[in-house]
Amino acid sequence: MDEPFETAVARHGPTVLRVCRAIAGPADADDAWSETFLAALRAWPALDSATNVEAWLVTVAHRKAIDVLRSRARRAAPVAEVPDAGRPLVGVVDGGRDLDLWRAVAALPTKQRHCVALHHLGGLPYDEVAALVGGSTAAARRAGADGIATLRRTYGTSEGVGA
Amino acid sequence: MNPVDAKQNELGELDVPVDDTELASLHATLVRRAQAEDLLDVAYRTVDAPVGPLLLAATPAGLVRVAFEVQDHDQVLAELATRVSPRVLHAPAVLDPVARELDEYFAGRRRTFDVPVDLRLLRGFRHTVVEHLPEIAYGRTASYATVAAATGRPRAVRAVGTACALNPVPIVLPCHRVVRSDGAPGQYAGGAAAKVALLELESRVGE
Repeated sequence: MDEPFETAVARHGPTVLRVCRAIAGPADADDAWSETFLAALRAWPALDSATNVEAWLVTVAHRKAIDVLRSRARRAAPVAEVPDAGRPLVGVVDGGRDLDLWRAVAALPTKQRHCVALHHLGGLPYDEVAALVGGSTAAARRAGADGIATLRRTYGTSEGVGA
Repeated sequence: MNPVDAKQNELGELDVPVDDTELASLHATLVRRAQAEDLLDVAYRTVDAPVGPLLLAATPAGLVRVAFEVQDHDQVLAELATRVSPRVLHAPAVLDPVARELDEYFAGRRRTFDVPVDLRLLRGFRHTVVEHLPEIAYGRTASYATVAAATGRPRAVRAVGTACALNPVPIVLPCHRVVRSDGAPGQYAGGAAAKVALLELESRVGE
């Protein structure tokens, strides 16, 4: 890629942050965002210039968000029992963000949450979502749709953000 | 519109705005970490100057580019990405020393620049010419022919003109002090008016 990396940060930074928040939770999203763009910066010169940069960054963000969650789970629970490592911890978030939405997203089952993050927030087509989360394209589409249906029911019912 | 798209649009609230302040702080962290891991190949910022906004870009070796607005800053960044490295980030703090020296220069409090300069964009004779530019003292001018003679190629007057026009770090390496033999200012990458403004500044301060 011979375009200035700054262009990618400016253009896709917000999308990557939304994906990181949905997958890692608001508290760990910043770490995941930094890891994503640092890895992207490292790979940038060798990246094929025909690459869909946003889709590529969303894919990297997915992996980094999972890494950040795993390392937090390792730090938080050195004992054998690690609860669903894909679940973000939402009780430790500072105020002032769109907490209602992120709380609602965090409450989704892992697969639904990942599908919503990758497709609805990250803009990945469902076949690429399926390649990342496993299973068929149809299953990914179903999980995304179920997740969105749940969010429509739950999100905005509490403190009024987006209500 | 297929049902999936309809659903996505209905759930417009998922398109939550991301706070600019927070993105700025994430960006600053990225710059720090990139620098720590030697991944920041080109840092840049813009500064306001009496000759219009200037783009400043630096590699770890030094100031690699100063560009006037008429040179199209986006185009200049694209060239740096191609010719130096695409690992380009907006990193204002990295250019603080350069910005400070330029401020002092435009305020009439600085006559020579101390920041390291990276001339990797130049080869051969153009490199030689640009290296000779600081020999022309503040407030003085030299003709293209004089500079050609100083580089040991007295007949390369036209090539000196080209080298000055392609000086990657104007102002800091003072190609504006190279003028035509008849005393007219001649061409300048930043436009003739910018050249005149710089020469006037120096003659005013230099008295």
